Amino acid sequence: MEFITNFPLFTIVLSLFSGVLCYMLKPRVAKIYTLVYEGFLILLVSAVLYYVLATGQAFTYVMGEFPAPWGNEIRAGVLEAMIALCFLIVMICSVSAGFRFLKTDMDESKLNLYFTLVNLMTAALMSLVWTNDLFTGYVFLEILTLTSCGVLIVREIGRTSLAAVRYMILNLLGSGLFLLGVVLLYDLTGHLLMVPMKETIAELATDPAVLPVIGVAVGILTIGLSIKSGLFPFHFWMPDTYGWATPTSAALLSSLVSKAYIFLLFKTYYRAIGIDVLQQLPIRHVLLVLGAMGIVVGSLQAIHTNNLNHMVAYSSAAQIGYIYMGIGLGGVAGYTAAMFHVMAHAITKSQLFLTTPRLAEVAGGNLKFQDLQGSALKTRVAGFYFTIGAFSMIGIPIFAGFSSKLQFALAAVTGAGIKRILIVMLALAVSSMLNALYFVMTLIRIYTPDGDNNRSVMTHHHINYHLPMLLLTAANLLLGLRCDLIVDLIGKGLAMFG
Amino acid sequence: MKKAFHRFYNLIAVICCLLLIGVLLYAVSMLPHYGQENPRSVEVVERYVHDGLEETGATNIVAGMILDYRAFDTLGESHVLFTALICVIILLGKDVKNMRREYDGYYTVEYESYHKLADDKILRLVGYILLPCLFLFGIYILLNGQLSPGGGFSGGAIMGAALIIFAAAFGFETVDKVFTEKVLKGVTFVSLAFYSFAKGYVFFTGANGLENHVPKGEPGMILSGGLILPLDIAVGMVVACTMYGFYSLFRRGSIGHDHTFMDQQ
Amino acid sequence: MITHLWINNEEAVAIILFGIGFTMLLFQKNLLKKLIGMNIMDTGTFLFLASMGYIEGRRPPIVENGVLERSAYINPVPAGLVLTGIVVSVSVTAIMLSLTVRLYKRYHTLDIDEMYERSKHAAEDR
Repeated sequence: MEFITNFPLFTIVLSLFSGVLCYMLKPRVAKIYTLVYEGFLILLVSAVLYYVLATGQAFTYVMGEFPAPWGNEIRAGVLEAMIALCFLIVMICSVSAGFRFLKTDMDESKLNLYFTLVNLMTAALMSLVWTNDLFTGYVFLEILTLTSCGVLIVREIGRTSLAAVRYMILNLLGSGLFLLGVVLLYDLTGHLLMVPMKETIAELATDPAVLPVIGVAVGILTIGLSIKSGLFPFHFWMPDTYGWATPTSAALLSSLVSKAYIFLLFKTYYRAIGIDVLQQLPIRHVLLVLGAMGIVVGSLQAIHTNNLNHMVAYSSAAQIGYIYMGIGLGGVAGYTAAMFHVMAHAITKSQLFLTTPRLAEVAGGNLKFQDLQGSALKTRVAGFYFTIGAFSMIGIPIFAGFSSKLQFALAAVTGAGIKRILIVMLALAVSSMLNALYFVMTLIRIYTPDGDNNRSVMTHHHINYHLPMLLLTAANLLLGLRCDLIVDLIGKGLAMFG
Repeated sequence: MKKAFHRFYNLIAVICCLLLIGVLLYAVSMLPHYGQENPRSVEVVERYVHDGLEETGATNIVAGMILDYRAFDTLGESHVLFTALICVIILLGKDVKNMRREYDGYYTVEYESYHKLADDKILRLVGYILLPCLFLFGIYILLNGQLSPGGGFSGGAIMGAALIIFAAAFGFETVDKVFTEKVLKGVTFVSLAFYSFAKGYVFFTGANGLENHVPKGEPGMILSGGLILPLDIAVGMVVACTMYGFYSLFRRGSIGHDHTFMDQQ
Repeated sequence: MITHLWINNEEAVAIILFGIGFTMLLFQKNLLKKLIGMNIMDTGTFLFLASMGYIEGRRPPIVENGVLERSAYINPVPAGLVLTGIVVSVSVTAIMLSLTVRLYKRYHTLDIDEMYERSKHAAEDR
């Protein structure tokens, strides 16, 4: 049993090694290896989840022989293990289901490099989830930035390169601000590990002259990470980036990369700054308002656009807004809602992004709405999976999206002032209406016959597509139907998170 | 209308940037004073300096810190470079797909230009004189990382620069005789795999309270600092390969001699 | 505030450099100039780190003659952080430069707005 505490280390070091190994392998072997390896990681992380649930407490793992304020550390609790598990499931599903498009978008001889990047990205995601040290967070955040740029540029058309340049520039701004925030915090506290930093900050915050400086450092760090994850005023890169990427990359970028940044921010707040200090800073109000504005603006832009992928991308902006709104609301209920939505959105959005290219394929490779008419009738399977994703986004009961909206409503009602209840409820109501509007319009469009009755242009889907899609659907239903179970787990995780 | 909006947007953005600088300057004015010891960092630094020599065996405290106390960060850092190499290969490496587009004016690679440069007499002469010194200097810095300023990254960068000068002065054909893509791949793979597993072993033994069988060596000698020297060598190899790989990819779109495309020309 | 800034003058300069780089990265239309801005921004951060670790009258953190007193050496932590930062900065610069090369070959310009304009007329991009 004790041996399981080593598994978080294995997930990181073996992923780094797998990345280097895939550079040497033949493309076909690299693909099989990556899928098997990701499956193996899921087993490891499940074991960690089981272990922390059985022992009832989180464990810290010293990287090397030097303990807390001197050496690096990683840490695993219920929340970390859950998020890691969710990330890995989405990862394996995206790689498997999008492979057919990857082959057409990329040259055969370079395919193994894609799997190299996927493995390195896994290592970065795992490190960001497990890390207990802010500077480790920065290093792996940079690996995540570079790998996400790498998976974006594999599609060799001009628009993708343009999207990549813009994405990289904004990410570099974000990384620079994050690094500066970390450095300021180091100068103030003299620590880089989260636990001693939190203790020092709690001591410093009692001095009213120093509190604004902590506020500046935390604010800069927050701006950096919110640029990278696409919070409202910084969400304009999303449609181009997600819309022009190859499907696997779109799914990885929208479901995993942006969520990893948010999780790192959440971890910094909770474990390095401390919630008590955060309550004294105005940042949470700003996050609440920007989140709510992001929900409304993202939904409006999604209605306005004429391209299916862009619509899904703008709806991503709105969903990121939800998560930040939850963090801004604060309190156990708010954080629970935010973390629940991280998982719900990761699962739903990857399903949507892996389905849209198949709908476009039967419509002549075009994502414009007028061309998509009747496409779900031509490929019923893809239409079915798209419908499930859309229902979850709209918030129809039994799907994940409904449960997370419920959590947000509950979080607003319990323990928040009247102004906050009003903001959250208004945002929820407006976005639900707008979501329903554009997703139902899309559903009607793709299920309306377009006249030429060639029903089965391309109905054959490989098992590589069905299995991941069924897995994502099952996860979606699990989050929707047994949300009490998941919320209970998140509650346990938050209790041992602090 | 659109132009007015653009101007307005730019104005707002400039004000935001100025505001950012102002706020940061305010924060700086409140930080611990320049040139004096920050009392809060004492606890951590005390151990790095006072016990560092005994615990890591390295005379260079910074090397001991980054390769022993905070080795996990450095493990990630060496993979950052590798990731960059992969991205540049994807972007600039020639393959069937982007070569086909070349005929639409999409991707034009200048095959001839790099053959010409190798005839430069001055460059060759300077290369003859400079290259042995550069390689020796790189190796010196690489091997003395635990004793003096330097280490894997700086030594590797010097060796990579030497390789680049070599390729520029004597042409890629000369480098390709020894340093092919296979060699680069192999060296990178072995170095990074060694790094991951050596460090993984140390993390594993350290966290489980097992005995670590790496000898620390005698402080001050070349063979000291336990794993620091082998790790420095591994990192140096990766850095040198990556630097040369960048140059080669930018110049001719492949790391080694590219049979499929070059011979068609 | 001004007197404090004067004491922390090196950090203040570093922050101003950071701001200049940040603004350049955000507003320059030319991709190469954007990249230069990014490097200035990173250098500002490194200068900030280096000046943070500096302590007047002390030696660099390399043990000499067996002196193991903390009071003899400057703070070694920022030096390690700068090293990591430099490696990251080099990698990012390489990727951005190769992206620039690819975009230049595609659109024959370095101006990012012009690239967007030209991409609208390219058949392949729709």
